[in-house]
Amino acid sequence: MESSKLEFLTAKARQLRDDAIEMIGRFGVGHIGGVMSVMDALTVIYYDKAKVDPKNPNWQTRDRVIMSKGHAGPAMYVVLGDLGFYPREWEKTLNQNGTHLPSHCDRLKTPGIDMTAGSLGQGLSVAVGMAEVARLDGNPATIYCIIGDGESQEGQIWEASMYAGSHGLDNLIVMLDYNKMQLDGKVADICDIASPVEKWKSFGFDVQDIDGNNIAEIADAIDKAKATKGKAHMIVLNTVKGKGASFAEAASNCHSMSISEELWRKETGRTE
Amino acid sequence: MTDEREIRQTLASALVEYAKKDDRIVVLDADLMSCHATKCFKEAFPNRFFNVGIAEANMIGMAAGMSAMGKIPFTYSFAPFATRRCFDQIFISVAYAGLNVKMVGSEPGVAAEANGGTHMPFEDMAIMRSIPKMVCFEPTDATMMEKALDEIVNYPSAVYIRMFRKKAAKIYDETLDFKLGKAIELRDGKDVTLIASGIMVERALQAADLLKEEGVSAKVVNIHTWKPIDKDAIVEAAKKTGAIVTCENHNVFGGLGSAVSEVVVENCPVPLKMVGVRDEFGQVGKNAYLSEVYGLTTNDIVKAAKEAISRK
Repeated sequence: MESSKLEFLTAKARQLRDDAIEMIGRFGVGHIGGVMSVMDALTVIYYDKAKVDPKNPNWQTRDRVIMSKGHAGPAMYVVLGDLGFYPREWEKTLNQNGTHLPSHCDRLKTPGIDMTAGSLGQGLSVAVGMAEVARLDGNPATIYCIIGDGESQEGQIWEASMYAGSHGLDNLIVMLDYNKMQLDGKVADICDIASPVEKWKSFGFDVQDIDGNNIAEIADAIDKAKATKGKAHMIVLNTVKGKGASFAEAASNCHSMSISEELWRKETGRTE
Repeated sequence: MTDEREIRQTLASALVEYAKKDDRIVVLDADLMSCHATKCFKEAFPNRFFNVGIAEANMIGMAAGMSAMGKIPFTYSFAPFATRRCFDQIFISVAYAGLNVKMVGSEPGVAAEANGGTHMPFEDMAIMRSIPKMVCFEPTDATMMEKALDEIVNYPSAVYIRMFRKKAAKIYDETLDFKLGKAIELRDGKDVTLIASGIMVERALQAADLLKEEGVSAKVVNIHTWKPIDKDAIVEAAKKTGAIVTCENHNVFGGLGSAVSEVVVENCPVPLKMVGVRDEFGQVGKNAYLSEVYGLTTNDIVKAAKEAISRK
């Protein structure tokens, strides 16, 4: 990756993290851990790879981005707001009465959200259906789907993976946010999804295992996935839950945290 | 009189014809293609037919994704697996997400016969009816299924189709004027109204014949769409006949009896009796035997009608 692009994307990811810390902080509580861990992947998808148009969010041949771990809604909202999918004044309305930005993604409320999610395990099946239709219609769209590691305890993830693998959906790029933590503790302790690389390989996927908080590696992995035909793609993002929010990284479990105004202002350095 | 046509073959053939002029139509099945006669669709449109394997949750999610891409997917499974097996997927990925999937659940209630209690849904319409905006439709015969297809395709939201698969009693001919949500009066009467759905329509007509012999004039109404329900038809029947009997191959809890009662008690309270399954699981057996066991026979309807009239 060119250094100027890497610099831009790195700065963008930092800005988006601060936007998300502020967004959640203004509400006072939220899923900060999983929002921070996927931010590098979302930055690469939206600012380097995906074909999307904020002025035409329903463009038929756009790429789709399904945030199956729907509690990372705020990560999507800071991106979509920054790109101009919705009015800037919405940004301070997370979870407020009547908002367009509910904690979990809702395709009927937020322009740019391609699928409603929140009941875990369901988004990947939806992405698989989208990928089948794109293939059927000769639609060049790439379907990105971000799933969680705790989410992968849901059986539906494996139903969808079995289908995608056995039908060679090469327009589908699944990313596993492998941050190793879930609401109640370590994924490995609660119900281990160990060896996701081997698991998805055995389901017939083209699998890459990368540092999911490294922008250059993510961009490279998406390029390699697009160049590999005949197989559905899994990019295992080895991430740190809470990455880039010092208070979250320091917490024993940052899945959901209360964030005071003092804390988010200190973390972001924002005074406005 | 038994129909010459199976409902399953009628729907599958109609879908093939429809799909020739509407490329939004796609069909998904969960390893029950042979039970639903959908093979003709697969042969006509191999790229628009998706057999997902025995994975109903994934089937519903995929259909939701296809809807989001502009398709009108029809999903097929046996009624219990088409509904309760994947209830949350239907609730969230389809209904809450505002997507437009047409879900066929076959072999309702006692029609499951030899497959027994695991396959015998008396609750499918109740749980589907609990989902906001979900249309719940039970075709009466092959003619109605065929006539309903255009409305189902063009209805702007999700529809559940509770489909008896095989040859049902023939109730309608080509003159049928069908509209989703619009009840059909099959016989006029003044003493009691028999409101029936699915396989119970034939029995309600037979019950009306028996009641006539005893000097009782029974109106017979086919409510094929349990939601949105035809409130006007129910209110009119209650006012005209002053007594109602509901007849369903389903648990009365949350079913047609409940749906009709909700309208009656709020708008025009009259004596009402429900013929249907009462808080029981299914079991193996022939339709006739099971109908005796669960109280779904013509005689059960006659008895209920007399009770309702006596309470006027």
